[in-house]
Amino acid sequence: MAKMKRDRHPMPLLDAAVRVNRFDEVALGYTLEMAIEEAQRCLKCKNPTCEIGCPVQSPVKDFVALLAEGKVAESVKRLREVNRLPAICGRVCPQEEQCESKCVMGVKFEPVAIGRLERFVADWERQHGFGELEPVASRGVKVAVVGAGPAGLTCAGDLAALGYQVTVFEALHAAGGVLMYGIPEFRLPKEIVETDVRRLEEMGVEFRYNVLVGRTVTIDDLMEKDGYSAVFIGTGAGLPKFMGIPGENYSGVYSANEFLTRINLLRAYKFPEYDTPLKVGKRVAVIGAGNTAMDSVRTALRVGAEQAMIVYRRTEHEMTARREEFEHAEEEGVQFNFLTNPVEILANEDGWVTGLKCVKMELGEPDESGRRKPVTVKGSEFVMPVDTVIMALGTTPNPILLRTTPGLQSNKWGCVVADPETGATTRPGVFAGGDAVTGAATVILAMGAGQKAARAIHEYLEKQAAVHA
Amino acid sequence: MYRILKMRQLTPVTRLYVVDAPLVARSAQPGQFIILRVGATGERIPITITDFDREAGTVTIVVQEVGKTTKWLAQLGEGDYIHDFAGPLGSPVELPAQGRVALVGGGFGTGAILTIAKALHGRPGITVDAIVGARNQDLLILADEVSANVDRFLACTDDGSYGYKGFVTGVLQEKIKAEEGYDLVIAVGPMPMMRAVAEVTRPYAIYTLASMDPIMLDGTGMCGACRVRVGGENRFACVDGPCFDAHKVDFEEVTRRTKMYKAEEKAALEHFEHQHEHEHECQCKKTAAVR
Ligand code: FES
Repeated sequence: MAKMKRDRHPMPLLDAAVRVNRFDEVALGYTLEMAIEEAQRCLKCKNPTCEIGCPVQSPVKDFVALLAEGKVAESVKRLREVNRLPAICGRVCPQEEQCESKCVMGVKFEPVAIGRLERFVADWERQHGFGELEPVASRGVKVAVVGAGPAGLTCAGDLAALGYQVTVFEALHAAGGVLMYGIPEFRLPKEIVETDVRRLEEMGVEFRYNVLVGRTVTIDDLMEKDGYSAVFIGTGAGLPKFMGIPGENYSGVYSANEFLTRINLLRAYKFPEYDTPLKVGKRVAVIGAGNTAMDSVRTALRVGAEQAMIVYRRTEHEMTARREEFEHAEEEGVQFNFLTNPVEILANEDGWVTGLKCVKMELGEPDESGRRKPVTVKGSEFVMPVDTVIMALGTTPNPILLRTTPGLQSNKWGCVVADPETGATTRPGVFAGGDAVTGAATVILAMGAGQKAARAIHEYLEKQAAVHA
Repeated sequence: MYRILKMRQLTPVTRLYVVDAPLVARSAQPGQFIILRVGATGERIPITITDFDREAGTVTIVVQEVGKTTKWLAQLGEGDYIHDFAGPLGSPVELPAQGRVALVGGGFGTGAILTIAKALHGRPGITVDAIVGARNQDLLILADEVSANVDRFLACTDDGSYGYKGFVTGVLQEKIKAEEGYDLVIAVGPMPMMRAVAEVTRPYAIYTLASMDPIMLDGTGMCGACRVRVGGENRFACVDGPCFDAHKVDFEEVTRRTKMYKAEEKAALEHFEHQHEHEHECQCKKTAAVR
């Protein structure tokens, strides 16, 4: 065998100068040779700690080993037994904090590029055609899944594989949730999400669009009138937060959710072929420094902004965005204004944004989160000339479902109360998971919650059946 | 896909559609709206629910042709399908058990007060006046339906061709002054009209609700585009609205925000009409060739 490779194979990327003008995917993916070579770096640990690091316990060791032998079809089959959305996870999971952070290779060298391999096998499968689905005996028991985002899709898939008759109720006109409206095409091509949804349909999962549970139907309706024996709530994070500074409702101020939804779900970048309009100026400021902020600022460049910048009141070290996203943004020419806090949005007489008044910050004592608290530098006020402002500050829970579901409890932040291990809510037969429970978190944590809830729903329904038998 | 069961031309630019949407009909309440997309490349637009029939599973909407989407919709007739029809959205309007109520409707808003009139109709202890306005008699819509469900139907037209000559605000003012006034006024219609209604009732401190129609995308409480400043605070029209205390709404701001895409709306319409002409030409050519 060749000498052990210390470094992982780098990810081929679309050139920064080329990619800022289009929505094409930035990371190009490994070739078969690269993938096999990278897979061969795996040490095949007896106790694969990488799997403990995965919120859905993907069988990393097995799928990587099969890939190392060049058995791609078997590799992806094994992976899919546990992880229903590998092409998505391979792209948007923060592997550096999960599986890869626990990789033993990583102690001395670079960890095995598990995420890239996951993506490779999933893409290979999509290109070479999916394997036959193994038929499952139907149990004739109906389960409703509310919300077709990562939590709901995972839960639906796991339940369908167990033989349940699953209906997913989605408020929008397309499935995918944040995968569809939030994460941009250049990071996660929509075709991948659509393919995974089709795959679930082939498994027998039914999708009903334009149904906002809590308004169109209530959970009581579903359980009492429509014959669903259990319900999973995966409704996502909720309403965008604003800063509460003057000028937030001027024309040219967006929440990141609105900005991204216009572009990703409604294809406003193809206006007027698509009807949804979008207005982006020449200088765009995005407030915040999480992954959604990076998505927004990089998208702004692709829809015509000459300058796009991040405005963040802390420093590079406190940013919550993935390192990779930060680097890609920098390569594309995004400017970063750290230790800068907006205090007011300015506009012309027609109400269009003309500037962002900010103050400079410096780091003081650590706060409850352990991050050093930024404090205002006296007399540091200045105006940044911008014509578009995007707020990417996180979300507050959507109250609609809670208001219309008696017996469903929320916590002090307004999130649905659910057992972290099972997703069980305060209402029998109703389970919940993902951002609706935790507040805005990652795709993979939502998937993990969907997976756990599917198991718990199965157990619950088995018990119910035993009682009534 | 949602089938159009019935279409009725109300004025040259206003149509009524009865749409097959059983789940929406089952839960619809007065004051709520739907969001529709005409086709797969369409935008999502909110439209107030004019009527619903739970048993028949139908929802009635009234649409005025103003831009591309509504003109596109106007091309559809009975038997055609609307791509998406999501609802009912927004919170139902809270209606009183007793008192004197005025429902003020302007233009297509007259259709929207119908569900409210129906819900109040026959409640003991409630009297309802409908004050509706249009530019002229021909543009006055659903007069029969609304008048059948209220105690007094007070119509007015700008040119005096029907009912009072003048604006709805004039009639409202007159009724408040001459009689004992109202306990509740609900205004549905164009923004300037609702704003004017709020100014009429303000000095009398009559509780007044306005049905806001801000920019919306999802209508489910996700995008934040529908924020309206009410009493100095941002509220989301699709979650807590669309009806808000009209005396507290920042009309100036919301009016300005709804005009944000004026240029794009115009461009979309031109693009559409151009395409349309083109199609028309092609078809003419085809027919000519066949001949
Ligand atoms: S329309 Fe998007 S939050 Fe109300």
